[in-house]
Amino acid sequence: MRYSGWQILRQALGGNRGWKAQWRKPDPRPEYDVVIVGGGGHGLATAYYLAKNHGVRRIAVLEKGALGLGNLGRNTTVVRSTYMLPGNGEFYSFSLALWKDLSQELDYNVMFSPRGVISLFHSDAQRDRFARLGNAMVGRDDHAVLLGRAELRRLVPYLDYDNTRFPIYGALLQPDAGTARHDAVAWGYARAADRLGVDLIEHCEVTGFGIAGGRVRAVETTRGRINAGKVGIAVAGHSGRLAGMAGFRLPIESHVLQAFVTEGLKPVVDHVISYGMGHFYISQSDKGGLVFGGDLDGYASYAQRGNLPRVEHVMEAGMTLMPMLGRARVLRSWGGVMDMSADGSPIIDRAPVEGIFLNAGWCYGGFKAVPGSGVAFARLIATGEPLKAAAAYRLDRFRTGHLIDEEGTGALHNRH
Amino acid sequence: MRIRCPLCGERDSREFHVMGAAEWLARPAPDAGLEAWDAYLHLRDNPAGPTRELWFHEAGCGAWLVVARDTVSHAVFEAVPAWEAGA
Amino acid sequence: MRIKGRGRIGANVSVPFSFEGRRYCGRAGDTLASAMIANDLHFIGRSFKYHRPRGITALGGDEAGALVAIRRFGAFIPNQRPATQELFEGLEARAENAWPALGLDVLALNDLLSPLMGPGFYYKSFKWPRGAWERVWEPLIRRAAGLGRLPVCPDEAPYDQAFAHCDVLVIGGGPAGLMAALAAGRAGGDVILADPDRRLGGRLLFEEEEVGGRAGHEWARAIEAELREMENVRVMARTTITGAYDQGTWSAVEKVAHHLPDGDAPLECHWRIVAKRAVLATGAIERPVAFAGNDRPRIMQAGALRGYLNRYGAVAGRRVAIFANNDDAHRTARDLATAGVEVVALIDARADAAPPPEGGDFRFLAGAVVEAAHGRKGLTGLTIRTASGARERIEADCLGVSGGWNPALHLSCHLGARARWRADIAAFVPAAGAVPGLEAAGAANGSFSTAACLAEGAAAGQSAAQALGLKAELPEIPAAGDRAGGLKPLWQVSGARAKAFLDLQNDVTVSDIQQAAREGMGESEHMKRYTTFGMGPDQGKNSGVNALAVLAEATGRSIPETGTTTFRPPFDPVSIGTIGGAGRGAGFAPERHTPAHEYALSRGAVMGDAGLWKRALWFPRAGEGNWRQSCDREVAMVRGSVGVFDASPLGKFEVLGADAARFLDFLFATPMRALKVGRMRWGVMLREDGHVMDDGVVARMGRGHFLVMSTTAGAQDLWRHMQFVRQGLRPEWDVEIVDAGEQWAQIVVSGPRARDLVNSLLRRPLAPDQPAHMAWKALTIAGVAARLFRTSFTGEAGYEIAVPARYGAALFALLTERAEAMGGGAFGLEAMNVLRLEKGHLTHAELDGRVTLPDIGLSRLLARKGDFIGKAAARRPGLMGPDRAELVGLRPVGAVKQILPGAHLFRPGLLAVAENDEGHVASAAYSPMLKSVIALAFLRGGRARLGEHVRASDHLRHVETLCEVCDPVFFDPEGERLHG
Repeated sequence: MRYSGWQILRQALGGNRGWKAQWRKPDPRPEYDVVIVGGGGHGLATAYYLAKNHGVRRIAVLEKGALGLGNLGRNTTVVRSTYMLPGNGEFYSFSLALWKDLSQELDYNVMFSPRGVISLFHSDAQRDRFARLGNAMVGRDDHAVLLGRAELRRLVPYLDYDNTRFPIYGALLQPDAGTARHDAVAWGYARAADRLGVDLIEHCEVTGFGIAGGRVRAVETTRGRINAGKVGIAVAGHSGRLAGMAGFRLPIESHVLQAFVTEGLKPVVDHVISYGMGHFYISQSDKGGLVFGGDLDGYASYAQRGNLPRVEHVMEAGMTLMPMLGRARVLRSWGGVMDMSADGSPIIDRAPVEGIFLNAGWCYGGFKAVPGSGVAFARLIATGEPLKAAAAYRLDRFRTGHLIDEEGTGALHNRH
Repeated sequence: MRIRCPLCGERDSREFHVMGAAEWLARPAPDAGLEAWDAYLHLRDNPAGPTRELWFHEAGCGAWLVVARDTVSHAVFEAVPAWEAGA
Repeated sequence: MRIKGRGRIGANVSVPFSFEGRRYCGRAGDTLASAMIANDLHFIGRSFKYHRPRGITALGGDEAGALVAIRRFGAFIPNQRPATQELFEGLEARAENAWPALGLDVLALNDLLSPLMGPGFYYKSFKWPRGAWERVWEPLIRRAAGLGRLPVCPDEAPYDQAFAHCDVLVIGGGPAGLMAALAAGRAGGDVILADPDRRLGGRLLFEEEEVGGRAGHEWARAIEAELREMENVRVMARTTITGAYDQGTWSAVEKVAHHLPDGDAPLECHWRIVAKRAVLATGAIERPVAFAGNDRPRIMQAGALRGYLNRYGAVAGRRVAIFANNDDAHRTARDLATAGVEVVALIDARADAAPPPEGGDFRFLAGAVVEAAHGRKGLTGLTIRTASGARERIEADCLGVSGGWNPALHLSCHLGARARWRADIAAFVPAAGAVPGLEAAGAANGSFSTAACLAEGAAAGQSAAQALGLKAELPEIPAAGDRAGGLKPLWQVSGARAKAFLDLQNDVTVSDIQQAAREGMGESEHMKRYTTFGMGPDQGKNSGVNALAVLAEATGRSIPETGTTTFRPPFDPVSIGTIGGAGRGAGFAPERHTPAHEYALSRGAVMGDAGLWKRALWFPRAGEGNWRQSCDREVAMVRGSVGVFDASPLGKFEVLGADAARFLDFLFATPMRALKVGRMRWGVMLREDGHVMDDGVVARMGRGHFLVMSTTAGAQDLWRHMQFVRQGLRPEWDVEIVDAGEQWAQIVVSGPRARDLVNSLLRRPLAPDQPAHMAWKALTIAGVAARLFRTSFTGEAGYEIAVPARYGAALFALLTERAEAMGGGAFGLEAMNVLRLEKGHLTHAELDGRVTLPDIGLSRLLARKGDFIGKAAARRPGLMGPDRAELVGLRPVGAVKQILPGAHLFRPGLLAVAENDEGHVASAAYSPMLKSVIALAFLRGGRARLGEHVRASDHLRHVETLCEVCDPVFFDPEGERLHG
């Protein structure tokens, strides 16, 4: 069933009783060519591109809970490519390009909305850093605009330009970056992968790996042993645990990142605004909720929830930047478990066990990376060769020192 | 979250700065080789459960503490000064 | 309408308010909701999606129906629930989500189109043509969505934030909470009792029932008085506990002045409460039964209907019907009938239901259900299906509905615990141990009778006190009613065609959830996200279990198998201002000022931010039109005579102990062990990962005494790092570190006449090499004991004079004024930046956390003997390979004379695209000495390319500059001026 306005009309005339399940709920088969562990954005996208780009036939995605409810369903949906360093920037540019056609590709409106991402700066030194970043972006053929204070004020007049603690000098704008609807990404990829024959197996938790002769042969799950030619791990937040089951360690610590949403409001914040001095960012969803967040709580956590000091800091940052926010009410707060890598950048590589492939360490960047990561990981699994734009995401870069440290904060997992 | 600092008593987590896993205390010998240094700097057990972590009582006594806590329940078991803890 | 002789509020004091610009009168003690009901204002808002009329459905924060905007401090606060707003004189409210008017709303057309707007319709459409989504459809949807309008003017309301600590936090002041507080309070525990209402009593305030032989609300008043008498008990009325956090930390919102006209008192206060134990006595929330048209104004919770009558004497209709599946709602019929309100029918879905024992003059229908409600802007009638299956129309203008009660267990789930299903009451209850130290009691625990609430509350208070080692007696339990429930689950009534609503705010219907199940969204989380059920302001408090039940039935599972969605903070919506209000304006972060800050301002200094510090950027003089003129003059001043600069924000760490030299040798890549007493050395520190962390100057003050002067920006990280190295890595060494940054003011005196200036303040003048460059001495300057460091960041001969902070302003003023007499004066950070650039000295513009020793020409340090922080990791191939960008100088050689920091470097003739990128400009400035822009840059293989040309391309500002690669030291490369 293709989705369209016509289909909606047809179904409406039938009392909306004719809609079909968006994906099957199959039982696991005894064997697959490729098993993807993790039914989040990266896992689902990988399965989809394995089937579509590489013609892999027997693919399963194993998800311990229900699809798309990990970090994909809990993030604040910003899609941008404001990355500076070689080996990193080109990947996010590649991913951003895929977003632009994703709704058509998946026959599912993922509501990609290029509303413009504004990153504020507050001193000449910060402007220089953003200029370096913006020039790197333009060098890759991305769009970037350096806005002065007056131009910025015309665009977003409601910021506090006059009394805020860190006066606003200007901003770097990526005009064609924005937001998307996170659940639609999960469901869109799930439905599209399902239509290509991928088995999406929910409530199937991986409990171990069957490794023989240094090579993976199977995964042990709560729904039995499943033989696998290759295994791709895409479980950001829990990568370390899966790696532990396969007998290796990763340069990753899991940290909680909180986010917040207000009640529905008429449109008031049109862009994504990021306020580095306050570790604060905000956008408004199509439903009208203001979606915002801040920095990590700082301690390692798998709890999907945080604590008050960070909550207060985020609210205070919002108030110094946009004092109108005081009247908006927070309806809900939550936490995501971030795979914080030791240099702040992801890993798409072979794991130390033959046949196991690893997609991990996305820090906060995972959502925007979903399409690019899916293409890159599928290619690596199918052909053994990395996608050029993702070739720098090697696991051994930490040992060799070919780091991708956008923040320049070094090997402290919680500082990126 | 609240931590019982062995020097100051129970304090709110907002007084502390967290560095990361207590493995930072197990600094390898300078000639231990790249593998050992890679492990020290980057690789983490990252347990879902009890862990040991370095917290600096920055807005308090200035002690570096090893805090034993649980990454799933957020229970805090114990905090001891880093100089007594060892890696 | 108001019923004469009913209600427990000030009948004689009238309180004027307005809604939609029309004036009305309520009474003292009313909420906005009760006043609206009394004034027959029932249709007061529109729903989210279909813009259907909405009215009041509940007594408090579980309001699922109408929201209004209320004017505070000059602007309308959106999405307020009338039931939680106490009435005050002059309150102005207006309706939301209706245009042009509440009664005639254009988007009410959506209701007709609703078959096309089922769950997820936007996922399936608006995909074509490409680009139409963001240009056409999305703006339309955004405009239609949202409820209230957020005013864009700054929020001027006062807010406050506070901390509180206690032994026992009792959450909720109903019968259970009162008894818990009494038990813990009498045991001597330090108790906080928090309740959202202005008075304690919970449901007792809304009921006609006896406790301890008198009216329940009077009993509550007496207990409240007793609690308020106890010194160890703090009653926090108008306070909602909104979140549970770790180790007994709770967030709470006190509505301090919400019930008063605008004034000085904070509108709300955010409390962080730390409690050793807690009692969850939050009561229960009545749930609906969904049926066709159940969203009409004047359909409300049966318990709310009764509560508005009993407490406020207000009833939402004249011919009232009740529809329920439990005994509790029978009390509504009884109370209404007793008050003389016409009850047209009590419709009880239970076939075996007995009529209320008290009897009552109304029709009782057992085994009957309401199949549909009629009326558009308010209820006009019902279609019921009787036990025999016959349909009947009943004329009624108000309906109370009860599908039973759900314990208000939300806080117990905030730490991740899942609620437990109890089939006997068909409701979820808090799981034991869900929050460490928290015990649930009374209705929050699923025990609904007043007697059970009193008993459980007392026991919970007692056990909380006992757990803290207090001797606690069980208070005497007053006699009270022990009837509860008798409920038989009924979640929805099907049969009619019209929409049966589950989420009244987000417009989610029974059939929406059934459709979601058909589409494979059978997981409760998927259902919620697909239909948006429970994502509105009430967060599903009302009908969450109904929705699960509908989903469970549609997917052939039980309710506990279907599970709940997760409850998360806040329990009740919290305004951002309440938590973050203190961050407004400059309140977000402290400002750090040097001792000479005020003096610098008095000299016209233009200030800028450097981390938390405010620093003087330049000191404009008469006739200078822009910063460049001031900056150029200040540079010339330093190079030509003498400049004075406030360097007080530098980090200053005293390192003491027998192993201090060893420690610094380990901390720095630059060897420090052999530094002689009285001498100074510039050094670089690495992070353990081998990259440059920071630089600084070390002075040896004595045998076991050093002073580390670090950069301003890096001082905090360095403090943590030094302490980590000392305490964590080298605890056996005898080292102490003292952060003396704020104890010393430090003033730079720099320029050919620096010595003359300093000498003018000394009794015994300094000789030219006294102290020598990179040496220091203690002396007395203007009568103050000082440290004089001979060092230079500008490249000129000069000193840094450190005096105790309290003399900093005086010294800076004295030096500045004397310098001015010598043709010099104060200079700021901009001039300092030019001066250091001319000398190729580095700042964090260059040392950006990714730079290695070889990058800045210091690879020799890696060959140093002995261990130091970062040495091992610095030798990784990626940190020293030939591909790395190295520090160089640049100057323009073509027609364009400007170089912009942040520009990237390319070979001339190659396209300025990423593949050809060879580095970037880290900093640049105009050098008045060299009459040229100069820059420091990182260029691939740069040191071997001196004399070559590169192109600096700034795409953002469209500046392309042909540059010559040169040595990073532009001025006085031999350093002759240092000895001047």
